[in-house]
Amino acid sequence: MTEQQAIAETDLLQLDRSVGDFHYEVKYAYDAGAGLSEQTIDYICEAKNDPDWLRDFRKRALATFLREPLPTHWASKQLAELDFSQIRYYLAHGQKAGRRWEDVPDEMKRTFERLGVPEQERKFLAGVEAQFDSEAAYSNMKEALRDQGVLFVGSTEGLHKHPEIFRKWFGKVIPTGDNKFAALNSAVFSGGSFIYVPPGVKLSHPLQAYLRINAESFGQFERTLIIADEGSEVTYMEGCTAPRFDTATLHSAVVELVALPGAKIQYITVQNWSPNVFNLVTKRGMAMENAEIRWIDCNIGSRLTMKYPAVILRGRKARGEVLSIALANSGQHQDTGAKMIHLADETTSNIIAKSISIGEGRSSYRGMVKIPNHLKGCKNNTECDALLINTSSRTDTYPAITLRGNRSSVQHEASVSKISAEQIFYMQQRGLPEAEAMSLSVNGFVNDLVREFPMEYSVELKRLIDLEMEGSVG
Amino acid sequence: MSLQISDLHARIVERTILRGISLEIRPGETHAIMGPNGSGKSTLSKVLAGHPDYEITQGSVVLDGVSLLEREPDERARMGLFLAFQYPCEIPGVSIANFLRAATQARLPEGESLSVTDFYQKLYHEMDALGMQRTFSSRPLNSGFSGGEKKRAEILQMAMLQPRYAVLDETDSGLDIDALKVVAGGVNRLRGPEAGLLIITHYQRLLDYISPDFVHVMVAGRIVQSGGPELALELEKRGYGFLEVQYGSSELSPLAGAGAPG
Repeated sequence: MTEQQAIAETDLLQLDRSVGDFHYEVKYAYDAGAGLSEQTIDYICEAKNDPDWLRDFRKRALATFLREPLPTHWASKQLAELDFSQIRYYLAHGQKAGRRWEDVPDEMKRTFERLGVPEQERKFLAGVEAQFDSEAAYSNMKEALRDQGVLFVGSTEGLHKHPEIFRKWFGKVIPTGDNKFAALNSAVFSGGSFIYVPPGVKLSHPLQAYLRINAESFGQFERTLIIADEGSEVTYMEGCTAPRFDTATLHSAVVELVALPGAKIQYITVQNWSPNVFNLVTKRGMAMENAEIRWIDCNIGSRLTMKYPAVILRGRKARGEVLSIALANSGQHQDTGAKMIHLADETTSNIIAKSISIGEGRSSYRGMVKIPNHLKGCKNNTECDALLINTSSRTDTYPAITLRGNRSSVQHEASVSKISAEQIFYMQQRGLPEAEAMSLSVNGFVNDLVREFPMEYSVELKRLIDLEMEGSVG
Repeated sequence: MSLQISDLHARIVERTILRGISLEIRPGETHAIMGPNGSGKSTLSKVLAGHPDYEITQGSVVLDGVSLLEREPDERARMGLFLAFQYPCEIPGVSIANFLRAATQARLPEGESLSVTDFYQKLYHEMDALGMQRTFSSRPLNSGFSGGEKKRAEILQMAMLQPRYAVLDETDSGLDIDALKVVAGGVNRLRGPEAGLLIITHYQRLLDYISPDFVHVMVAGRIVQSGGPELALELEKRGYGFLEVQYGSSELSPLAGAGAPG
């Protein structure tokens, strides 16, 4: 049962090169098998003891998913390579997450230890949820926050124990029919976080989710819902890894944020998926009067990532921000961007997107900013900068900014640059080897955004960029 | 112990630019190379540093007994060769301090890491000595710098990296008198029994502040005259014209081709 498959623990070099590329053999108590049908949904509902409303919700979503075409007409043709009949939609060891690491099954505990999760928890986190394939293996939060009424639990516990808050917002920011993959998530979701921060409570330390895919030919469909009540503040961070398999792995999450008047939500993602992962995620927040939502998003790895974090600026003076870094290496396509939907006066939004394409890597920016005619005093600033490392790298920008009327303002800047041979020669002349010179230039390119990440994450991010740059020269 | 250049020939694409340069620079010596535009002065500095665009067709360069030409530019730098560029590159987002930290770290033996406190102590000490504001070191390297600021940044890097042999490629060009004094001050601080310097310049002006031990005149890819500081003064008076007539046949001169490199 605890037989270790992959790399020897002592192989530090290997461990360094690809932090998440290892996996342990695990016996699953629950396995919905490969393929997707009404039976799959029934299996998940039985396993999770879902209420009837949810079973209906899931089945309606399945119908939507089956009806909607793959968006290959505008997105990558690679999507067609996904074989939904080969994917396993639900794999779980059990239904209850441990509150203490001692309660977490050995091989899962070892996985998270190896990824540094318990250590980070001790150092700087207010709470952690560690998801292993379909369900959380560990979930805990500092006692003091529990006393203040903060809820930080898995989506299942959220819907069972706090239906009055959960059902009010679940599926309201991102309706099932929003897109094919939001529908898929709605049909088969499991895991993810449910967070509620009561009025006026300001969390000084972040809550963190760590999403780990361990199994082959598997789909992870976590569902996260965060509600920050009036005047509250919360920072949520997620980290993701998976081992490298030959077959496609699917990660298709739905994340909904609700910032009630005066609240602030900061959502930070550092993903480091292995290059066989299709990462098709829908993330959207709703900001009420004077509220603020910031998405800080760093996409490294995966085969294809499609992710466009959005903020609906619903109340007067609401603020939305997306800061994103995408790094596409050979064989990878980072199709990322941001959406800002202005629905009230004096709302402001800011988008800064930086992408780096290495080797044959491709990065695309897709933006959507809407400011309708009847609004006044709205502002948007959009900057997208692309850096190409090799001549075979590729970048595209598709900004769509719709500004109606003349009482609001938008600003848009875009740039594409290349690290020149002269730059590299200059740095080499100072004694830096070529690869290090490349890394330094890339880190310089994203430097102003990396500063926005909490310290612990910016160090990790810099290290990940250095690793990706290895072997990119020559 | 020396930087010894012997019969060096080099070309870019199909055009031969260096046609047999021989020169030895010993620690403690300061050499100046003067010459008209297009004579190959800058090419010499780039070839020494290992710029990939140039092909060496003949000759050798030996740094303290180690052959240089088959080594990567960064190896040459770590062996103690420094080039102050005529046109330093912009490195956006990387502060001068961070860049120098990386460069200093690269010189340490593997497994050893730089003491950040010691580093900053040294950095501020050098900046004070060169009369630079400390805030200068937190600006992104050369990014949006004026010509003078770029040259100051080169001198600061030279001061921090303490090269054994430093080549300054027209570091004086386009500088006002204040910047020129900073450059000269930096060079004079480096001078000493441990360091050999090669100053490439078009004008005598810099040599008013840095008195070289030897002056060489380069025309059409060759050193055609060598002497003491008095040679520079003579060139200032007479210009390069008479030497070009004497040594640079139009057929050989790189000036004959369009877009001659400096």
